[in-house]
Amino acid sequence: MQFSIAISGFVALYIFMLAAFAGWVIIGHVPAILHTPLMSGSNFVHGIVVVGGIFALLNAGTVQEQAIGFFAVLLGAGNAAGGFAVTDRMLAMFQPSLPKPVQAQVVDHQASQTRKA
Amino acid sequence: MNDFLKIIPQLTISAVDLVAALLFMYGLKRMSSPVTAPSGIKVAGIGMAVAILASFLYAFDVGATAKPFLIVNIGLAFVAIAIGGGIAWWAGRKVAMTAMPQMIAIYNGMGGGAAAAIAAVELFGNKADGVTQLVVTLLGALIGAVSLSGSMIAWAKLDEILKKPLRFHGQQTFNALVAVATLAIGGYIVAVTHGLITSPVATSDLIYIFFGTALVFGLLMTLPIGGADMPVVISIYNAFTGLAVGLEGFVLQNPALMIAGMVVGAAGTLLTLLMAKAMNRSVSNILFTNFGTVVQHKQGDIKGNLKPVEAGDAGIFMRYASSVIIVPGYGLAVAQGQQKLYEFVKLLQAAGVSVKFAVHPVAGRMPGQMDVLLAEAGVPYDMIFQLEDINDEFANTDVALVIGANDVVNPAARTDKSSPIYGMPILNADKAKKVYVVKRGQGKGYAGIVNALFYGDNCDMVYGDAAAVLTKMIEAVRALGTKAAA
Repeated sequence: MQFSIAISGFVALYIFMLAAFAGWVIIGHVPAILHTPLMSGSNFVHGIVVVGGIFALLNAGTVQEQAIGFFAVLLGAGNAAGGFAVTDRMLAMFQPSLPKPVQAQVVDHQASQTRKA
Repeated sequence: MNDFLKIIPQLTISAVDLVAALLFMYGLKRMSSPVTAPSGIKVAGIGMAVAILASFLYAFDVGATAKPFLIVNIGLAFVAIAIGGGIAWWAGRKVAMTAMPQMIAIYNGMGGGAAAAIAAVELFGNKADGVTQLVVTLLGALIGAVSLSGSMIAWAKLDEILKKPLRFHGQQTFNALVAVATLAIGGYIVAVTHGLITSPVATSDLIYIFFGTALVFGLLMTLPIGGADMPVVISIYNAFTGLAVGLEGFVLQNPALMIAGMVVGAAGTLLTLLMAKAMNRSVSNILFTNFGTVVQHKQGDIKGNLKPVEAGDAGIFMRYASSVIIVPGYGLAVAQGQQKLYEFVKLLQAAGVSVKFAVHPVAGRMPGQMDVLLAEAGVPYDMIFQLEDINDEFANTDVALVIGANDVVNPAARTDKSSPIYGMPILNADKAKKVYVVKRGQGKGYAGIVNALFYGDNCDMVYGDAAAVLTKMIEAVRALGTKAAA
């Protein structure tokens, strides 16, 4: 039984090209209101580097590799966790208007009367 | 049987990574509209969580040299995730919204550092398979290291630890030399590793030098850039980190890293261009020219006087207007006046005044930050309008209330060719029937230029701290209400 996902040469370039195109199109029509959250959100997404860090650390065979691998996981985990925390906090604040309560109209009426007076 | 034990975890990792890549892209897509954005980050978060969990399955297929260390390594991975993730999570939950740009800079630098560290493990362990892999590893290492040190300088500048841009004669040439030197050392490493030349220096020392010069280059590149341009710089480094992650993904033969990294690389590049466009600057202009050094130009004579008025009077005037557009700037955030502002807006709305917010693309310290700060105060996003959507409305509006903003409403950008902000799109607050400008004092804006708007016949100045001024406005309008009731 053979199983291989080796990615080499042009196949890698195809993946890079399609992913780059996807990134460009996905962000294409973002309104300026979301620039900061989106930058933070894409910053979170490259936190996936922690997975590479875990791979490097698990395959570390010397103390030097262990130390650098530990560092890689530490930083990558920081990127992922921090990126999620701030993006989630920011985006949770974006709320639409509530339907206007009835009270507002009453006050509105008073206001127009005061204006006449 | 032994093979089978390796295949199942590998298949699982590949399948999970595929799902993760999909979730990242779908999440980002949802994040590009305010209606779906809050769920978008959660979708991407699920992708991240499953990918991290699955990555521990790598433990079933480690090399012979790493076998004896496996248990320790797994433990180390957990400790690293707990410490790094824990601290970053705590900091991300605590940080004030005004300090968001520097926080993003730190997280971004960490990502770049992680990519560089992965490359270092590959390089020191001489694990690269062939010339292509080695070159890609080195390239990812270079970009990641530049992103790490550059982001740290960006953080220090935004946090005002570093206040003055560092500039010296011949800086661009020197930086270019450092960049060329780094690339040359990289090339030398490739040549030595593949036996083309024999080096008097050990390869591991060369690798240390390579990382050293790359980090120094990141510092040098960022130091001369002024604090106001840092958001664009962070956005560039965000794209850099994405690229570095994508390249290291290729080295590790991990498609999830390749896809996620490259998606961010492209998205980050586009965001950078959008931000630069909003600031009316080109990216190369931001990176290679020294903004703010040529302010000493002749000011055109401005006619008229500054007319100070009481906050309460301005508040009452707006209460009886039929439409008000508010132009908030960073001065509002410095005074922590967003909550008070929204309280005042709600009073106006209750009195039947139509109120809208006009946000300039570069209001705040990072494009879009003002929107976040208003959202934090509870302002619904459908009350917030962007420049191109609202600029024509000023002419039919009774009052424009400018709070803590200056350069983004300076008409000089339209007319004065000698002005450093000439050509920048501005909000047409000066076209409103009446303009109130809330300002701390008579100082100039960030660009250091006099604002003709303040001297216009239709403009009155309300001096004072934004939060204090708004409190007075609220009190004045409330007092009216009670009188009317009585």
